Amino acid sequence: MQWEIVIGLEVHTQLSTRSKIFSGAPTAFGAAPNAQACAVDIALPGVLPVLNRGAVERAIRLGLAVGAKINSPSIFARKNYFYPDLPKGYQISQYELPVVAGGSVKIIQIGGDGSECEKTIRLTRAHLEEDAGKSLHEDFQGMTGIDLNRAGTPLLEIVSEPDMRSSAEAVAFAKTLHSLVRWIDICDGNMQEGSFRCDANVSVRPLGSDKLGTRCEIKNLNSFRFLEKAIDYEAKRQMEILEDGGTIRQETRLYDSDKDETRAMRSKEDAQDYRYFPDPDLLPLEISADWINRVRAMLPELPEAKRSSYMAEYSLSAYDAGVLTATREMADYFESTVKLLPTQAKLCANWIMGEVNGRLHREAMDIAQCPVSPAQLAGLLLRISDGTVSGKTAKDVFDAMWRGECGGDADIIIETKGLKQISDAGEIEQLIAGILAANPQQVADYRNGKEKAFNSLVGQAMKATKGKANPAQVNELLKKKLTE
Amino acid sequence: MLNSSLKQLSTLLATKKISSVELTGEFLKRVKALNPDYNAFITVDEKMSLAQAQTADAMIASGQAQPLTGIPIAQKDIFCTKGWLTTCGSKMLSNFVSPYDAGVIERFNAAGAVNIGKTNMDEFAMGSSNETSFYGPVKNPWDITAVPGGSSGGSACAVAARMAPAATGTDTGGSIRQPAALCGISGIKPTYGLVSRYGMIAFASSLDQGGPMAKSAEDLALMLNVMAGFDTRDSTSLQRAPEDYARDLAGPLQGLRIGLPKEYFVAGMSADVARAVEAAIAEYRKLGAETVEVSLPNTKLSIPVYYVLAPAEASSNLSRFDGVRYGYRAPEYTDLNDMYQKSRAQGFGAEVKRRILIGTYVLSHGYYDAYYIQAQKLRRLIAQDFAAAFAQCDIIMGPTTPTVAFALGEKSSNPVQMYLSDTYTIATNLAGLPGMSIPAGFGDNNRPVGLHIIGNYFAEAQMLNVAHQYQQVTDWHIRMPDKLIA
Amino acid sequence: MSLSLDDIKRVANLACIEVSETEAATALIQLSGIFGLIEQMQAVDTSAIEPMSHAQDVVQRLRDDTVTESDQRELFQSIAPKTEVGLYLVPKVIE
Repeated sequence: MQWEIVIGLEVHTQLSTRSKIFSGAPTAFGAAPNAQACAVDIALPGVLPVLNRGAVERAIRLGLAVGAKINSPSIFARKNYFYPDLPKGYQISQYELPVVAGGSVKIIQIGGDGSECEKTIRLTRAHLEEDAGKSLHEDFQGMTGIDLNRAGTPLLEIVSEPDMRSSAEAVAFAKTLHSLVRWIDICDGNMQEGSFRCDANVSVRPLGSDKLGTRCEIKNLNSFRFLEKAIDYEAKRQMEILEDGGTIRQETRLYDSDKDETRAMRSKEDAQDYRYFPDPDLLPLEISADWINRVRAMLPELPEAKRSSYMAEYSLSAYDAGVLTATREMADYFESTVKLLPTQAKLCANWIMGEVNGRLHREAMDIAQCPVSPAQLAGLLLRISDGTVSGKTAKDVFDAMWRGECGGDADIIIETKGLKQISDAGEIEQLIAGILAANPQQVADYRNGKEKAFNSLVGQAMKATKGKANPAQVNELLKKKLTE
Repeated sequence: MLNSSLKQLSTLLATKKISSVELTGEFLKRVKALNPDYNAFITVDEKMSLAQAQTADAMIASGQAQPLTGIPIAQKDIFCTKGWLTTCGSKMLSNFVSPYDAGVIERFNAAGAVNIGKTNMDEFAMGSSNETSFYGPVKNPWDITAVPGGSSGGSACAVAARMAPAATGTDTGGSIRQPAALCGISGIKPTYGLVSRYGMIAFASSLDQGGPMAKSAEDLALMLNVMAGFDTRDSTSLQRAPEDYARDLAGPLQGLRIGLPKEYFVAGMSADVARAVEAAIAEYRKLGAETVEVSLPNTKLSIPVYYVLAPAEASSNLSRFDGVRYGYRAPEYTDLNDMYQKSRAQGFGAEVKRRILIGTYVLSHGYYDAYYIQAQKLRRLIAQDFAAAFAQCDIIMGPTTPTVAFALGEKSSNPVQMYLSDTYTIATNLAGLPGMSIPAGFGDNNRPVGLHIIGNYFAEAQMLNVAHQYQQVTDWHIRMPDKLIA
Repeated sequence: MSLSLDDIKRVANLACIEVSETEAATALIQLSGIFGLIEQMQAVDTSAIEPMSHAQDVVQRLRDDTVTESDQRELFQSIAPKTEVGLYLVPKVIE
């Protein structure tokens, strides 16, 4: 049977506030256990929550960025369950009337044939809630240790509709969202530290069916690779069960990356009854039109808009435009570079996506830390475009710039290293004459139809000039001489 | 001195007739003598009280005295008090020395008041007789075989037996007013949001409100001046300009329109209570007030509504008591779930468990709409009744309780009967309105009767005025049990 | 509506309170009595009424995003049942 996979994601983004969502404790990562768990976070008797304006503002930002409705009033509710890392015995979350309702995100995917396709993934909602603490299962006298530093960290849970049909689409959606939350500066996106975690709801159904199958929820996927592998594994597992005539049990599962499989979570075995009800400690949250307008005014141009404008203005492909708008820093870098070389947008794009990005990646650096500034890069690209250096030599110049040689000035590096391309026809002709004279065998071979001999002659010309000879000119003049 | 008003004590301190250390010592002596019989206090700590008294004396000496500086105040054991055992009447918190001060405690500390001890109470404020306390029942100073009421029974008893000049209480469904009535003292539950709930261990968050308990309305006003005020740490705390609740005490009552809800004066009220309340109203007429009949048609539903909403909130509020970070942990268990189950089964008493079960049930899947939502809708109807009544009158009066204090053990095995003793007080909590009880004579067996005064939102100063004028022409509020007159 | 012994046990389990058979049977009788009282609510038609969650008609006040709390772990853990290296200890949790 042909199966269709149906995926919806719930993405927990940790909001980049200084203090927690309902207390004045710091949210910084990596503190000593429980050193950042204040009276409210450890739920001492009598303490009360007070909502952080910064968390609400970040939720509004997301809502505006995805074209959603901002609910006002919006209501906080208690989700009741017992777990040692949940100090109050309930999580303050939102149930009815979340702060963000609806909205959508566009994803772009490249097909096997290189074709680009765009798809809109609808969002159901996004709601504010507090994170739980951490259970540490290393052995402490045979017991589990509880660290509540993370308890009360603000989260925005972004819930999608079941609009994705493959793990690749799910990853594309997660990546787009990941890029968006960093773009609008509401989350640092650090997946290792758990700032961006996905739960995937996966079900399968016969292709062509419009009824959703029973879904399983895979919890806490903290990398795009795990997201993809967990979905693939889970979909396959479900298909196999169904093909064997079995039925899927709706359950919560955990992905084990060591074994590359999902398994049912024991702690979630019983069907939960969370007894949601409006939190009596927190009054209705009102968000005025005025506040929304102020937030909108401060919002940067969104990646989707930038992507379209790059495509229109610079004739870049959707893929290139997508890469260059992956982060705000990347887009800023590109724009600063291309502003100095407006006619060479493609060259700028290629270099930033190729040489610059590759180098950053190898050095595990961020574009914001790039030692070569956009102006310096533009200086180098100018010399490629006017023929002063070849693309190949330019890479050496770039290396020198990266190391900070000559103040990172391309012209000075080219000058002091003598890397200027030899484009003088007379000089090259003289060079070629010498090479032809010294290699009669190759000349003969070429004239006898051995094309390879030509390359060898070009190579010798380049070697003799330490790569500085303009390769196009060498080619042209050599061909002319040989056919004379 | 035992019968002195706060103002009189303040004058004694200001004129150096007595120091706070001496005054505190006097009351501590009385606590030591009487508490074994009455069980009004869970914790008394002479050293800490006297240290506070010394600080107060220093404040007075340096001219920084405020009205309550140096005066011993009994604190209900529901208010977290730094360095003091804070049990909330429960075994669950039998080892909980609070690491922080409640907002209310901070305000008393800033005012230079002395904490004379932590008063006994129904466990987690769930009860109307003080019999649910893990620390044993409190006795009624007027009759040691009778209950003092609850949940602030320890505070009511402490004031009635003159072990403290004044005390704090909390009121979720009548827990200040009912024990005040049964012990023959005055108590006011302010408008919801006036007194900070920060550090006041939550029972039902949308109903809980702290307030003072004292002999007279005048004392209540001075206490409320300290207790009320905005607290940024409580999202439901109201941001209002500070007021002097004593400002209107002296005003005449000429033309005051007293609303008498017809529903209060029919079923349920016993004859002795009815007589005392009617006599009090007659007194008000003499003071120039007029009475109008009003109607609170949905008030009869306040008990069912309350016993859905309060347990629902409580079931969630009490989930934090899991034996992980503080409080009682069962000595033996097999695994995590067993630790939870046993710690909570052993740490909570029967009434608390009963309410947790009710609350969990009404919030559970399939029952939420029929119980919780229905109760919230009726809550609105009950609040609307009051709004309509206040269009016709300035203040509402009636009995605080349907009967005088009942005997210890009389209702403890019958929760429904116990719940009905709050029949007149609960509606004000549901509406968020201020309510008050003042002594209005005696009923059967010479047990006190309370007059219930309900005001409109933020009408505390007016209510205190109404009570004070009555206390100028009657002496119920300064009577004390004969056997306790030293 | 009538409560069953199973309801009591289900709810006790949700509330994480161990109940013996005897306790459950007593609770059933008492809760049935209380629900008898509560059932009075069902007689009122409330279809046009908005639920009331709070005692006052006010909106939520927000805090500025500033850190106001400092480390008090030592104080807080001085009253904890069991801790080690700054962690609260509980019986082994199985995910």
